[in-house]
Amino acid sequence: MAESPFKADIERVEKEYSEKMTPGAIVYLPGSSVINKTGSWRVFMPEFHKDKCVRCYLCYVYCPEPAIYLDEENYPVFDYDYCKGCGVCANECPTKAIVMVREKK
Amino acid sequence: MPIKKVMKANEAAAWAAKLAKPKVIAAFPITPSTLVPEKISEFIADGELDAEFIKVESEHSAISACVGASAAGVRTFTATASQGLALMHEILFIAAGMRLPIVIAVGNRSLSAPINIWNDWQDSISERDTGWIQFYAENNQEALDLIIAAYKAAEDERVLLPAMVGFDAFILTHTVEPVEIPDQEVVDEFLGEYVPKHAYVDPKRPITQGSLGFPAHYMETRYKVWEAMENAREVIKEVFDKFEKTFGRRYHIIEEYKTDDAEIVLVTMGSLAGTVKEFVDKKREEGVKIGAAKITVYRPFPIEEIRALAKKTKVLALLEKDISFSVGGAVFADTSRALINEKEKPIILDFILGLGGRDVTFQNLEEVVDIAKKALEEGVKEEVYWIGLRKEIL
Amino acid sequence: MAVRKPPITTREYWAPGHAACAGCGCAIALKLATKAFSEAMEEKYGDPNAFAIAQATGCMEVVSAVFPYTAWKVPWVHVAFENAAAAASGIDAAWKKLGYKGKILAIGGDGGTADIGIQALSGMLERWHNVVYLMYDNEAYMNTGIQRSSSTPYGAWTTTSPPGKYSIGEDKPKKWVALIAAAHQIPYAATASIGNPFDFVKKMKKAAKVDGPAFVQVHCTCPTGWKSPLEKSVEIARLAIETGIWPLFEIENGDFHNIKIQSPGGGAKVKREGGKVVAIEFKKPVEEYLKLQGRFKHLFKQPEAIQVMKEQIKAMWKVLGVDVILP
Ligand SMILES: Cc1ncc(C[n+]2csc(CCOP(=O)(O)OP(=O)(O)O)c2C)c(N)n1
Ligand code: SF4
Ligand code: SF4
Ligand code: SF4
Ligand SMILES: [Mg+2]
Repeated sequence: MAESPFKADIERVEKEYSEKMTPGAIVYLPGSSVINKTGSWRVFMPEFHKDKCVRCYLCYVYCPEPAIYLDEENYPVFDYDYCKGCGVCANECPTKAIVMVREKK
Repeated sequence: MPIKKVMKANEAAAWAAKLAKPKVIAAFPITPSTLVPEKISEFIADGELDAEFIKVESEHSAISACVGASAAGVRTFTATASQGLALMHEILFIAAGMRLPIVIAVGNRSLSAPINIWNDWQDSISERDTGWIQFYAENNQEALDLIIAAYKAAEDERVLLPAMVGFDAFILTHTVEPVEIPDQEVVDEFLGEYVPKHAYVDPKRPITQGSLGFPAHYMETRYKVWEAMENAREVIKEVFDKFEKTFGRRYHIIEEYKTDDAEIVLVTMGSLAGTVKEFVDKKREEGVKIGAAKITVYRPFPIEEIRALAKKTKVLALLEKDISFSVGGAVFADTSRALINEKEKPIILDFILGLGGRDVTFQNLEEVVDIAKKALEEGVKEEVYWIGLRKEIL
Repeated sequence: MAVRKPPITTREYWAPGHAACAGCGCAIALKLATKAFSEAMEEKYGDPNAFAIAQATGCMEVVSAVFPYTAWKVPWVHVAFENAAAAASGIDAAWKKLGYKGKILAIGGDGGTADIGIQALSGMLERWHNVVYLMYDNEAYMNTGIQRSSSTPYGAWTTTSPPGKYSIGEDKPKKWVALIAAAHQIPYAATASIGNPFDFVKKMKKAAKVDGPAFVQVHCTCPTGWKSPLEKSVEIARLAIETGIWPLFEIENGDFHNIKIQSPGGGAKVKREGGKVVAIEFKKPVEEYLKLQGRFKHLFKQPEAIQVMKEQIKAMWKVLGVDVILP
């Protein structure tokens, strides 16, 4: 399984996260928003059917979070830590390889 | 060797900027400070100053561009006055909150309406709560010196706050006086290069400046500005000490004049201090126990210095070219704060004068002294007086 | 099966965990804009990271940089609502002095650009800063709760243009800032849309690579403010192009006689003369775009308002030198 392109950010923010005031409230940890697991917002989740995927990359291009990255074979990987379940990817997928299903809680 | 040149305060400010070598300057013309960007343009055109001069379309953009450049980690400079400073108002808070040591030269001028291009201090006084350090110059030499000192204090890591240096419209901005211009190498040595550790726009070190502060963090950022302003008290003293050692001229947070046995002290700022000192000399000859004090550093407000001064005298007569409606002058409010819990304190009287370029005459000052004496003898009847009002046309 | 390369760099400058609403079209725009910039900087300077952002107050600012977090992985500065272009000017000047190679990306919403920031924008363009200004156009002040801007389209509901007995909703046609920007005769001005992401990326790259200022106005769905289904954010933006609501064009050096018009797709018939688009016959009715959005719902009870809208669309295309037929 490929790694999230934000893996390093996630590790770093877990280690270095601090609320300590900086001069001017400057944020010195780039990409530290990854500490917010926005996956909890989800009501519907994208279910991926690899067999139907033609690797057109549209879901990857569109995901606003982004919560889709690519594996070694350039198939989309859905990062449920961050996916907000908007359904844009499923709506745009030309082969219906992504199906929105109700979140199992 | 430093050279002496006869020049206006505006030119002195431009010279100070040239000596401080800001990398980015952004300015917009406004009377009475227009000559500052003009002179800077000449310096750049003649190759005497190597800076990017952004000829912005407004003062709002002037200060915004300075914020951008300062956030990117370079020394910046701008000059303005009056409506221009008021237009910057919103961004002044931001510059302080983002901890960017920008320096502004302010040609102190009244605020509209009615539109009026002449001197008072309402423009910069109205910015007293923005988190900027404020200096007021008495003469053209001070305008130059205080701008250099302002950079030194503002960029100190214990401070990192922006600073403005005010000098009176026309009385200084347009009046020539001899000014000693320090050597470039000496100023270079004094200021050093500005290489901030906290703020930069560098792709190799991506940081986020200007973040949103929720209630969980906002108050602490404001407290940090408070703390920095408190630190500035000490830092400015150090800067003034070093300034004296380096350039031979001594500055004081509050400069006292013949105060030791004075029953009445006239407290003021800016060029009016010159007039007041002359007046004190005259009254001393007449045997009146009177002194003067000039506030050079208005923010941070010199609380300790005011207390020390208060101990020496019976009446503090504040002469102010600004007004906070329904209260009196801003210095009056600040002085009251400084003395409120002192066991023994002098009478504090506030005199609003010289607004919008109205001359302040010896006759006006006589009136002030008469009121002060009367208060001393008969008790305080009123606290705030408008001096030099043309009552006949009211 | 041979797999194509990803159509865009996999480098990321916009991290997840930001607080944009689910399905936010503006978030899509910012993600793609930074990737496009990165590609352009790599191609131009050999350094994919050679850029920085100055951003105006607005939705995309408040959702991305909340102390002590940031979604940004590129140097980023926010100052205020109306001055992204001025702040960018300052950074540009500082970079010149510091000898940095690269380009500044200024970002503002439609309010921060078309309204309160238009003066700073004009000044920045006129002074020829090395800045690309990206206006993400979600057609209202979303951050303050959906008030109209001068970029809000005719007929739209917002909280300050509510339809009612004496109101059809927003009663002014949309102001096209891209045309105003182009009138500064800057090297490059364009409109784009998240409904055509590859065109948007191409344009951002062009903008990033020119020497001097450039301006891109990108149409971005705001499902919250447009009252539209989350999953349809891209579809709606695409429909805006296909129905003639949103023209895609490029103007180089202020040459209004040679505006480049991109094909809208959606079956529209494009007529060219001497390589120039002179007429378009759209096949998809505007109503298809409108009906997906709650902000236009009331218009379906007032078909004459939709007629007015269509006339405005034609007039706007006329400015671009194109005669259009709308179904
Ligand atoms: C000087 C000033 N006036 C008003 C505001 C309040 N305000 C903040 S963001 C905003 C609207 C932003 O609209 P837009 O630029 O379209 O961005 P969006 O939120 O839609 O993404 C307003 C009115 C402000 N921050 N500053
Ligand atoms: S549902 Fe939305 S957030 Fe989740 S992966 Fe798809 S596009 Fe991204
Ligand atoms: S949009 Fe569909 S087909 Fe295309 S890459 Fe994503 S899942 Fe595969
Ligand atoms: S209100 Fe609209 S623009 Fe703002 S974050 Fe939500 S969807 Fe995006
Ligand atoms: Mg908007």
